[in-house]
Amino acid sequence: MTTPHTDTSVHARGLIKTYGEVVALNGLDLDVAGGTVLGLLGPNGAGKTTAVSILTTLVTPDSGSATVAGVDVLANPKEVRRRIGLSGQYAAVDENLTATENLEMIARLYGMTWREARARTKVILDQFRLADAAHRPLKTFSGGMRRRIDLAGALIADPPVLFLDEPTTGLDPRSRGDLWDIIRERVQLGTTVLLTTQYLEEADQLADEIVVIDHGQAIARGTADELKRRVGGEHLDVRIRDIARVPEAEKILGTVAHGALRVHAEEGEISAPVPHGVEALSSVLRSLESSGIDIVDIGLRRPTLDDVFMELTGHEATVEEEKK
Amino acid sequence: MNTVRDALVIAHRNIIRIRRVPDVMAFVLIQPLMFVLLFAYVFGGSIDIPGGNYREFLIAGIFAQTVVFGATFTGAGLAEDLQKGLINRFRSLPMSRSAVVAGRTASDVVYNALSILVMSVAGLIVGWRIRGSALDAIAGFALLLFFSYAFSWVMACVGLLVPTPEVVNNASFVILFPLTFIANTFVPSDNLPGVLRTIAEWNPISTLTHAVRVKFGNIPAGTPDPSAWPLQNSVLYSLIWAIALIVIFAPIATRLYQRAGAR
Ligand SMILES: Nc1ncnc2c1ncn2[C@@H]1O[C@H](COP(=O)(O)OP(=O)(O)OP(=O)(O)O)[C@@H](O)[C@H]1O
Ligand SMILES: [Mg+2]
Repeated sequence: MTTPHTDTSVHARGLIKTYGEVVALNGLDLDVAGGTVLGLLGPNGAGKTTAVSILTTLVTPDSGSATVAGVDVLANPKEVRRRIGLSGQYAAVDENLTATENLEMIARLYGMTWREARARTKVILDQFRLADAAHRPLKTFSGGMRRRIDLAGALIADPPVLFLDEPTTGLDPRSRGDLWDIIRERVQLGTTVLLTTQYLEEADQLADEIVVIDHGQAIARGTADELKRRVGGEHLDVRIRDIARVPEAEKILGTVAHGALRVHAEEGEISAPVPHGVEALSSVLRSLESSGIDIVDIGLRRPTLDDVFMELTGHEATVEEEKK
Repeated sequence: MNTVRDALVIAHRNIIRIRRVPDVMAFVLIQPLMFVLLFAYVFGGSIDIPGGNYREFLIAGIFAQTVVFGATFTGAGLAEDLQKGLINRFRSLPMSRSAVVAGRTASDVVYNALSILVMSVAGLIVGWRIRGSALDAIAGFALLLFFSYAFSWVMACVGLLVPTPEVVNNASFVILFPLTFIANTFVPSDNLPGVLRTIAEWNPISTLTHAVRVKFGNIPAGTPDPSAWPLQNSVLYSLIWAIALIVIFAPIATRLYQRAGAR
């Protein structure tokens, strides 16, 4: 179904973009092989949207170069636009139009005839399970439904390269799963996908390769497994009642941790990467009890983006700026 | 060709909105209606036009004011699209780069035509009549629409520069109120003192109003010909303004669109 393009890869070299004092991108390199999914993982303000905006021709970088499906983004933006679908971070739909009207408009602007646009819209609404709502103005839609219409717009012309900026933020678990399925289906058909996310799990689910960015730079690359191996198997989270005893507890966790501890002293919270979860859990539990430190909560969990950050940068995934 | 096609897709989308958005309807239909009725009944009795009927004099002024204010829509609509991220969406599509603004200015001609229709009916009810030929009257309406179309490009630039639709509305008030009041829209410019009179005479809103009055045959018999050149050549002068506005602001608006919304 996807239009055959010989090259559907995405490459970026040395992308730099500043906004006044703020360095949004600081020499970012990216490579997405044709037909694969790259997950761009980073906290708020890391530069994810800026990277997507440059690759989708919305923003011109201060320096650096990029190609999408073999076409130079700076020299030939219009040709790039023919080959891409974009779903931005915030749903960009016309609330006064119905789902059908929105999608037909986008299909038309991709160059389809009315007849083609109508047919494609029907197909895609079915695929997104929105056929029932096809003729209601989007004003009456929930946020998640708008988001799906926006994504449907990105897919409507079957572009060989897809850019999805935090595609599942704001979706309920079921819609999120549905969307993951739709993306996987596209990838099977040969579509190249670059998606940004703040969730390691999402990158884990979808991405062949993950690039972790912070302050506009790639700080790690690899498959989800490789990254997780770097941050260790599991994390042991402990919360104690008496915050004065945090230093003691820290010492106890230090004996089982194989990386830096994360401590929120005021909350009495300590988190440690541990190689052998269950053993660590029981040994820490015993030590804390014998020292008479009251435990409010203790548990094991899989590593999150925060942990990746802690491990890679030594600092937490700081929020650059309140946006939401 | 692509531009025309894409602009029509955008214009079609904007026109669908007319039915869906009640406040737009209010602006397009009710506000002009209110203007005609208020001016006709509140001022109609208290202002005298030598040898004429004030209500009849007034209609062309209200038409001109309304269509010029109608251009605010273009700006507000684009600012809204920008705010909602639609402009970014459009900019990522392989569509013509001037189509979004061109489609918007085109669909706003439809809004203005609706306004004029409503005002004409209201005008007829309060006693306004077209006293010239049908052809002249058509020319008068066409001139109004063309001028408002040109003005839409100016407001398009405003809309693409400011952060929210509200700012467009405020800006347009600040720009358009003086422009439509230091003019012959509501009182003959001869009555204005010194400098204001000169400004009014060269104000394109005055010449538009005057041209429309002439085309509608709404200049009272025996009124002396205006002494100022722009008013003497009101159709030509208004057309020159309209064309100049398009020539200057259409490329600016297209450029602004290409940079807009880069968040
Ligand atoms: N148009 C702009 N003007 C000024 N600063 C900007 C602009 N766009 C982005 N920035 C800044 O550049 C940095 C990177 O922003 P970007 O939106 O790319 O981050 P992000 O990773 O997408 O974050 P989020 O997860 O919050 O969406 C931020 O500090 C942001 O404030
Ligand atoms: Mg972002």
